[in-house]
Amino acid sequence: MSRRNPRTLLESVTRRRFLLTGWPWRALAYLLTTPPVALACAVPLGLLGLPWLFLLSRGTGLARLPLGVLAFLLLLGAVLLGGFGPLLAVPLGGLERARLRLVDSRPVAAGHRTPPARDPWSWFRTRYTEPATWLALGYAALLATVLLVLSGAALALLLLVGVLIAAPLLVVSGEGAVSIGVTQVATVGEALPYTLLGLVLLVVVPYPMALLAGTHGLLARTLLAGGTHARLRTELVEVSRSRARLVDAFEAERRRIERDLHDGAQQRLVSLTLQLGLARVEIPADSPGAAAVADAHEQAKVFMMELRELIRNIHPKVLTDRGLPAAVRDLADQSAVPVTVDAELPGRLPNAVEATAYFVVAEALTNIAKHSGGTAARVWARQRDDLLTLEVRDDGRGGADPGRGTGLTGLADRVAVIDGRMLLSSPPGGPTLLRVELPCSRNDP
Amino acid sequence: MQPQRPVIRVVLAEDGVLLREGLVGLLGRFGFEVVAAVGDAEALGRAVAEHAPDLVLTDIRMPPDFTDEGLRAAVELRRAHPGLAVVALSQYVEQSYAADLLDSDGGRRVGYLLKDRVVDVPEFVGALRQVVDGGTIVDPEVVRRLLRRQRDPLARLSAREREVLALVAEGRSNAAIARVLVVSEAAVGKHVGNILAKLDLPPTEDTNRRVLAVLAYLTGQR
Repeated sequence: MSRRNPRTLLESVTRRRFLLTGWPWRALAYLLTTPPVALACAVPLGLLGLPWLFLLSRGTGLARLPLGVLAFLLLLGAVLLGGFGPLLAVPLGGLERARLRLVDSRPVAAGHRTPPARDPWSWFRTRYTEPATWLALGYAALLATVLLVLSGAALALLLLVGVLIAAPLLVVSGEGAVSIGVTQVATVGEALPYTLLGLVLLVVVPYPMALLAGTHGLLARTLLAGGTHARLRTELVEVSRSRARLVDAFEAERRRIERDLHDGAQQRLVSLTLQLGLARVEIPADSPGAAAVADAHEQAKVFMMELRELIRNIHPKVLTDRGLPAAVRDLADQSAVPVTVDAELPGRLPNAVEATAYFVVAEALTNIAKHSGGTAARVWARQRDDLLTLEVRDDGRGGADPGRGTGLTGLADRVAVIDGRMLLSSPPGGPTLLRVELPCSRNDP
Repeated sequence: MQPQRPVIRVVLAEDGVLLREGLVGLLGRFGFEVVAAVGDAEALGRAVAEHAPDLVLTDIRMPPDFTDEGLRAAVELRRAHPGLAVVALSQYVEQSYAADLLDSDGGRRVGYLLKDRVVDVPEFVGALRQVVDGGTIVDPEVVRRLLRRQRDPLARLSAREREVLALVAEGRSNAAIARVLVVSEAAVGKHVGNILAKLDLPPTEDTNRRVLAVLAYLTGQR
């Protein structure tokens, strides 16, 4: 992995010019800011974990505790940590993700889900039931213990290096001997070798420090960043929902347009055509205007049919009024290929399901008329429990392929939007069977 | 000009204001008297009770639900007032509509037309008159579709017989069918006999009963 620019502290450590970049300073900043955060987290966590800490402090004396007390303390600790821990861990996670930028320049996203509503109850339900929260609590526990100790040790080491380098000055300014680690120096002459040692260490120490800070950062990213998998799943759910919402909105819009056209333009047109028809009766056949009126009347009739057809394609009225079986029969009537319909449904279905089912049948019958070369088709529909099953079969030449052409793909998309399944069997030579299963709960109008 | 005949009193039920006005004008022009023009099924029932009309002309879809209020009201009215002539107007072909209506009151004095037919003024008025005179009228489009749907049992009919059947289903007399097809009336009678035989229907001389037998047969085959 040799990138031009290292993106994390751990990557940068392996570079030759590591010491000349800003990375050691970033590691230092990270290490310096860790203990305060860790301490701020350790105090409340320690309080919450008091029952457990007490048990730990008993060490080998644990066995002498009555079983009831032991169980009670174990449970109490669990309740306290589990109940209040997340309230600490979630904001801590946010802070730590911000601090992570010091040692990791890659973007980091929280693994938390968005609560469905804005009320506190919904926030609590979401937070307490998602893994991200408990991973954050685990991180908080690590930070308050192991990471606190390690970063403390690293800072102590750094301090020691500082003292080594500054030893002569300390000796000069100080009163008498200065203790450095395990030995004592009393004169500048004695202190100078330590200064040299300190300078050597100053070049060496950044590496373990960077390793520690980098590992800490890696741990933080692992526990606090939404894994791509979890994030993708969340996004996928969001996308599916928004897609379903879009389709619903689209469907509602079509109904509205259909209603407006029907209540407005179509009524006027029928009325106009009727007036022309009346005029045609009233005007003597041999008068000069008769032909023109007759022509206008015929044109208006054609226009009436065209508008009716247009409205039917936007949203079939028969579907709104009479439900799926009637609408499918209507489709069968329009089909160029003879179609038999066998649709027995207990009642009306949800709008989205009806619209999708209708679309499936319409598209399938169009495909049969256009491509199959068949002489007969059959539409079958039944609802069992909460599943509507549609079958459209024809005796055509088969070989229908979703990969060729968009018709079948579009069908599969429409079916998928409402979590349905589409199965197609179309061997060369036919027959072709299209089976669609749509989940639906019965709604009683 | 049509020969003078008594004014036919009509109750009209149609929720679209424009079309209602248009129909009122049309009917008035052709010797009908619109005694009440209403916009929903409930008002239709009241108007019929009040005016005892000769003919009810009703839209099938009406407020409040815009499903088949007009049709249900029509079937109900025919039960309550035997002999009342009813013509229902439908937005689209729906065989169960036709079947429900034709099943009522022995199937006489009843019509089922697509709404768009009203713009063909003379034909529409003729159909209304036929219903008032005791006839049965079913929209040609409905018949065409029923015939298409029932391809299999009708496969036994010759093309000519099917033409004859479609005309029978429109409520025409043998004489009228003979004029349309340019054949003798005897030939039509023979065709009709063959059709009824092929469809296992009882032979009959009554046009309406014949139509109904055919339609019942067609709509019964779902």
